[in-house]
Amino acid sequence: MDAIAMIYIFILAIFTGVEVISRVPTVLHTPLMSGANAIHGIVLIGGVIVLGFAGSNALIGALGFIAVILGTLNVVGGFVVTDRMLEMFKAKPSAKKTEDK
Amino acid sequence: MTRAYIPQAAYLIASLLFIFGLKRLSSPRTARSGNLVAAVGMALALGGTFLLPHISHFGWILLAIAIGAVPGWLLAKRVKMTAMPQMVSLFNGMGGACALFISLGEWFKMPVITLRGLHLIVTRSFGECFPMLLGVVFGSVSFTGSLVAFGKLQGLITEKPVRWPLQKANNALLFAALIAAAGAATHRQDQSFWIIALAVAALTLGVLQVLPIGGADMPVVISVLNSCTGLAAAVTGFAMHNMSMIIAGTLVGAAGSLLTVLMCKAMNRSLAKVVFGSFGLAPAAGAAAAKSDQIMREIAAAECAVMMGYARKVIIIPGYGLAVGQGQHLVHELEELLEKRGVEVKYAIHPVAGRMPGHMNVLLAEADVPYPKLLDMEEVNPEFDQADVALIVGANDVVNPAARTEPDSPIYGMPILNADKAKNVIVIKRGRGAGFAGIENSLFYNLKTRMLFGDAKKALQQLVTEIKAL
Repeated sequence: MDAIAMIYIFILAIFTGVEVISRVPTVLHTPLMSGANAIHGIVLIGGVIVLGFAGSNALIGALGFIAVILGTLNVVGGFVVTDRMLEMFKAKPSAKKTEDK
Repeated sequence: MTRAYIPQAAYLIASLLFIFGLKRLSSPRTARSGNLVAAVGMALALGGTFLLPHISHFGWILLAIAIGAVPGWLLAKRVKMTAMPQMVSLFNGMGGACALFISLGEWFKMPVITLRGLHLIVTRSFGECFPMLLGVVFGSVSFTGSLVAFGKLQGLITEKPVRWPLQKANNALLFAALIAAAGAATHRQDQSFWIIALAVAALTLGVLQVLPIGGADMPVVISVLNSCTGLAAAVTGFAMHNMSMIIAGTLVGAAGSLLTVLMCKAMNRSLAKVVFGSFGLAPAAGAAAAKSDQIMREIAAAECAVMMGYARKVIIIPGYGLAVGQGQHLVHELEELLEKRGVEVKYAIHPVAGRMPGHMNVLLAEADVPYPKLLDMEEVNPEFDQADVALIVGANDVVNPAARTEPDSPIYGMPILNADKAKNVIVIKRGRGAGFAGIENSLFYNLKTRMLFGDAKKALQQLVTEIKAL
């Protein structure tokens, strides 16, 4: 792919990233950081590609294998932790409902 | 032919889902679904990768995913809410290490041409090397940096800033070595020594950069390292020509940087001060000496109960001590008891209460504290004048008046909760020591302040019992 095109995408993504979260309330800083943490787990894809195209090269295969393990830890752990945090926020309306009854 | 397009389409949709997910994550009502949307994007990107033409080693890939997924799931499910910040840091470090290994893997995949039986290594241009070198550096720094941050928050490494002689000179030297190694690695691509040297230098840099930073600044550090891993993902995306990695990595890098700035603003700390300066060195010594003749006034739980039970308005200031003591549920019980007696109860949440911005809200939400009772600093500060009692549970630096009055103090200028404006102040505190940042707090010696020493949970339990008995 064209290097210039990649740089364009890079720059546009910077603006998108800043714009998208610019109005986040303080309450959500921690969950948002955790969610972003899970999203950069996209490195997992890179690990899969390194391992999947390692061919017969044992060194690259090993590096890719470790990368996939680490990337999966990042992705799975990140999303699950974020979900647990946000679950707490959701718990409140239901608690209120039970009070109303 | 068409098969080649499926992964690309998957990457495109995944990238959109990441943007959409982040957007939803930044609003309380939609946050949980936002996380889910992003997770679906991730699954899609992964599925698309499996369909790349000529990919092989499926068995190994699935095995590695299984090895990573099981402990990741268990850790994330089992961790206590109070330990959340270090858990985020740990997962972040894993992502950094992943980027490091990918970059090394790409690096060692030398483009070779075979000519008349001779294997010739084709030298990469600098432009091709650059993203890989950056991937090694960013990945390494966020790997070891995150592990040190994890160690500090978990109590495995001292939370106090670690200092040693010629620190800045050492780091500068290390940085120069980093650049030299990167140059040498580009120049001698046939020798793997230099790329390893680069990784080692960057790994060391990560440790040395985070070690001198005190525990109080860890949230900012984690946020910086989070965007660092995002950048690592983006540059490896450049190296591998993978759009979804570039977009997702850059999104996180940019959003993480903005988040860091927002956090620094909340703590009134410049990023440079967090990274290069530290709390709790010498500056507090003078202030501490001046106060050694002052005394803290102790109080019994029964007396506190009377003060609060017959108050009109009580503002509770929860701090990290509450969280470590697992007192969230008790504080909620206390609040309900007081409300039943007709006392108005509010919570004052400092932006950096707990260990990360928003951490305290998560902890109190876990204990079913109604959302409208949690007030931001700006909302609550004018209300302290009318409060009969400010109950401080395990908080310290966020109520230290030195931030307003003592220009020498390391926390001078940090916005604080004006607990000292309340008619009475009750402080529940484990011991007489200084706070997280290692700074003396003159509020504790104030004439209207009463200290209730003890573990947050036990002290709250006593208060609840006493109020019930009123």
